[in-house]
Amino acid sequence: MIKAVMVINTLGKPRLSKFYEFQPAEKQQELIRHVYAVLSSRPDNVSNFIRSLGTVFGPDTRLVYKHYATLYFVFLFDNSENELAMLDLIQVFVETLDKCFKSVCELDVVFNYSKMHTILDEIILGGQVLETDSVEVMRAVEEISKLESTTSAGTMINKSIPSWWAR
Amino acid sequence: MGSQGGFGQSKEFLDLIKSIGEARSKAEEDRIVINEIEILKKRIIEPDIPKRKMKEYIMRLVYVEMLGHDASFGYIHAVKMTHDDNLHSKRTGYLAVTLFLNEDHDLIILIVNTIQKDLKSDNYLVVCAALNAVCKLINEETIPAVLPQVVDLLGHSKEAVRKKAVMALHRFHQKSPSSVNHLVTNFRKRLCDNDPGVMGSTLCPLYDLISEDVNSYKDLVVSFVSILKQVAERRLPKSYDYHQMPAPFIQIKLLKILALLGSGDKKASEQMYTIVGDIMRKSDSSSNIGNAILYECICCVSSIHPNPKLLESAAEAVAKFLKNDSHNLKYLGIDALGRLIKISAEIAEQHQLAVIDCLEDPDDTLKRKTFELLYKMTKPSNVEVIVDRMIDYMMSINDNHYKTEIASRCVELAEQFAPSNQWFIQTMNKVFEHAGDLVNLKVAHNLMRLIAEGFGEEDETADSQLRSSAVESYLRIMGEPKLPSAFLQVICWVLGEYGTADGKYSASYITGKISDIAEAHSTDDMVKGYAVSALMKVYSFEIAAGRKVDMLPECQSFIEELLASNSTDLQQRAYELQSVVGLDARAVESIIPMDASCEDIEVDRELSFLNGYVQESLNKGAQPYIPENERSGASSISNFRIEHHVPSGHSLRFEAYELPKASVPSRPPVPPVSATELVPVPEPTYHTEFHEAVAPKLSVSGTGSSEIKLRLDGVQKKWGKQTYSSSSPSTSDSDIHKTQNGATKRDVPSSLSSKARDVSYDSRKQQEDVDPEKQKLAASLFGGASKPEKRPPASHKASRPNSHAADKSNAEKSGPSDGGAVKASPQPPPDLLDLGEPTSISNATSVDPFKQLEGLLDSNEGTTAPGSSSSTKAPDLMSLYGDTSLSGQNIGTANLLSTSSSDANLISDVSHAPDRNGHGTGSAVTLSTPLSKGPNTKDALEKDALVRQMGVNPTSQNPNLFKDLLG
Repeated sequence: MIKAVMVINTLGKPRLSKFYEFQPAEKQQELIRHVYAVLSSRPDNVSNFIRSLGTVFGPDTRLVYKHYATLYFVFLFDNSENELAMLDLIQVFVETLDKCFKSVCELDVVFNYSKMHTILDEIILGGQVLETDSVEVMRAVEEISKLESTTSAGTMINKSIPSWWAR
Repeated sequence: MGSQGGFGQSKEFLDLIKSIGEARSKAEEDRIVINEIEILKKRIIEPDIPKRKMKEYIMRLVYVEMLGHDASFGYIHAVKMTHDDNLHSKRTGYLAVTLFLNEDHDLIILIVNTIQKDLKSDNYLVVCAALNAVCKLINEETIPAVLPQVVDLLGHSKEAVRKKAVMALHRFHQKSPSSVNHLVTNFRKRLCDNDPGVMGSTLCPLYDLISEDVNSYKDLVVSFVSILKQVAERRLPKSYDYHQMPAPFIQIKLLKILALLGSGDKKASEQMYTIVGDIMRKSDSSSNIGNAILYECICCVSSIHPNPKLLESAAEAVAKFLKNDSHNLKYLGIDALGRLIKISAEIAEQHQLAVIDCLEDPDDTLKRKTFELLYKMTKPSNVEVIVDRMIDYMMSINDNHYKTEIASRCVELAEQFAPSNQWFIQTMNKVFEHAGDLVNLKVAHNLMRLIAEGFGEEDETADSQLRSSAVESYLRIMGEPKLPSAFLQVICWVLGEYGTADGKYSASYITGKISDIAEAHSTDDMVKGYAVSALMKVYSFEIAAGRKVDMLPECQSFIEELLASNSTDLQQRAYELQSVVGLDARAVESIIPMDASCEDIEVDRELSFLNGYVQESLNKGAQPYIPENERSGASSISNFRIEHHVPSGHSLRFEAYELPKASVPSRPPVPPVSATELVPVPEPTYHTEFHEAVAPKLSVSGTGSSEIKLRLDGVQKKWGKQTYSSSSPSTSDSDIHKTQNGATKRDVPSSLSSKARDVSYDSRKQQEDVDPEKQKLAASLFGGASKPEKRPPASHKASRPNSHAADKSNAEKSGPSDGGAVKASPQPPPDLLDLGEPTSISNATSVDPFKQLEGLLDSNEGTTAPGSSSSTKAPDLMSLYGDTSLSGQNIGTANLLSTSSSDANLISDVSHAPDRNGHGTGSAVTLSTPLSKGPNTKDALEKDALVRQMGVNPTSQNPNLFKDLLG
């Protein structure tokens, strides 16, 4: 099963973290830091898999990550999953985000925090892969937001970022 | 304050995110977040907060917690929010609680009721949100509360809900298998759900169930195979395609399941051969996901009952992976290779160079995976190169966790395959030097034992040579700074036992060195203990040999220091040393006999030698000993063996002393076990060493005061001969022994065949100029030292642009009947053979093509109704045949064709089969070609000559590499 999903930016700030096995908050932070330390020490053009993560994670935990612009997308899972498939699952996740936010960037991830969770929940449920078709995921997410917007005012952040956010 | 920023979230929240984004340091970020927490704490308890505001507060809490701060004050508000009727609020509430709480949190009890209600909701989104929460928050105790609803949802009209319900049940199964045991049939039922998504999600729990208990799911093999077939044939809706692959994730899961089901089960495996072969052939190796499927196929092939055809295509796939530039694929290739060599070791030989490349890759992940592979394929012939490589790598990394792992692997391999004692000791020295603190202490003791016993050889001179070389190497290494404690202990022990044994070094030199160690490591009591024992041994050997002992001043001061040591153990050792030195030669010799560390120590568990003493004391009116179990009510005093005022074998007592009567030793006759505790020493093994030296003295002197130290069971285990046979080190010992006598054992036929393959492989690659030094390394890794005269000529021949050799080898391999067809390509003919092939090879008797066809049709039928237990329905065959859909018929005929048209091929297969069998038996028989181990100048010269012949200057690039090879 998938043990955790993390999105960390290249400076080591967590942008999204979801653990499918409960970890206390301090432990979560430790794990994120550890993962970041491992990732940031890896050169480009090497494989996207990491096996020996030390004792911080359970034995036989594998890690697959993918580096997009300023973000690391990290999946941690055990031996019941296929590494390459996980790599593609990251791809699915990012593709979905991309469709959802029209060419996604880190800002979208930051500002649409709850939507990120919604999307992730449609892809992974309780540590198992639920859906791998980004169109299908999109449809589910849109349906949810449509229903939500009928019950309350829209909460989606507009794509245009205020001018004061000029970084 | 709190004015809307116009983007759904308030300006405050955006400001928060912005300021955190701009924070220059962690401290600044913390300050901002703590400030935010203070604000939220105040806000959240205000009355009448508008819902939208509340939602935002909750999201801010989630955000704060993600940044690593405590937001527990807001948990209750998140829980409250789940009660809200508004869908958005409810979802936010559920999201927050799943992130905040764990299943054992106190607040869960407040949510269960809401979840129950929501699971029954009409709005399927509410149900989904509740199911999400169920997966995360329900624990063993609360499962029964929601189980009925979840089971009901398995029949929900929306497939999204069914899917999630299956997942939730799976989760329940993970948490508490017993609670859902009766529902396992539901998973089987859902396997035939109309919606492929639901079916796919059912595979997850089934995978878990099957990995727990394979046998009760064997009946599903047919269904899984037919599902896989349908998926692979693109019968699923287009929306399940991913990068032009039909439902790859489902395929992967299915292949994993089949691998489980087919493992060690020939009958089940035979049902899978066709489909797995099909998928491998069709797989698209240009896309990531296609490779993922291919990799899964290889895993499956290596796990199920082996099929030569499939293995061959698996090997080809591995070759493709390894040749790819992508590190990911190389990684998977190495991994897959590791799986395949378990079945047939020769496969690795085709990929020598690729493996070497991976070993030298800068990518750590890949490197480690490659070491894993090498570890699996280590044999006596290549152990030296592999372990040397491992040690080099070990020295270069800082990751302690992995260092420990690789060090223990080095030790394991060295113990198992060591070609010579010398090499073993050197290797161990290196391991200890660089990772001594990380390896198990047992390893140190094994090393000591090995030096003491010298592999159990009868040849005494070899043993003493080994010891002298050990002593010498230790005297050399000793000076290095920062040696780990375990290694120093070994050094002290060896110097003490054997430092003066060969007469090369004087006692004063050795003792000087030992006290140097003790001085340099004055904080390490363990080392000091070993050192003082070593001194005692050296001195007593001197006395026993009739020489006069002059204690060096530094030894003297060292011992004096220990006499006043805080550690009672060290003190005792020092006193013992003092008194031993004062004795005469005969007494000393019997106390500490020369080289007696391996002698058996007779254990007199009854302590009968004390009987006289006991009797004497009894006669003087002492209290007899009462065994503990008879002690209640000072009654029967008949059973005693030991005098009560013999100091008890007890450790330091912390409770108050009782009345004299009760202070009788509390243990029945055998005090030795408890005697361990007499001296509070952290490490029991330390004792072993100590008592091994002291014990003989005790048995001789036989005075009552010292038998407390007899801790003999441990000693015997460590040093006695009888127990060796059962303990794990002993096997390694015998292995070493074997390799030592028999030199390298190799199967000649298989090496021949591999040579043939090498040739074809090389000839394909001949344009690329392969780094010859790598080739050499490859040869030493894969070919091993046993065939240095064979391999290089092969590659030499291949390096000429001459495809003749390749053709010939292929023709040889595929037999005369279809030689012409295969000549051009080394690949097997595109198969069609899968069906007939396994039978022709494995059991040519029972299976006729029609049976096969029948099975196939059957599985087709299983497709339409996978749940129905379809086994063999021979009578229905024709009707089925008529009924099957068009595509089904296609398969049927195709297979018919294949079975009939494979006749010709069958012949070739048959001619092929004995060939293969020949290899098989060849490898089983293992003809041994004796070859002397270790540095052999003649060999080296030959190799050197060969290398020159190949036009390489051995010293040109990497002298170290050639050191490996040329000895």
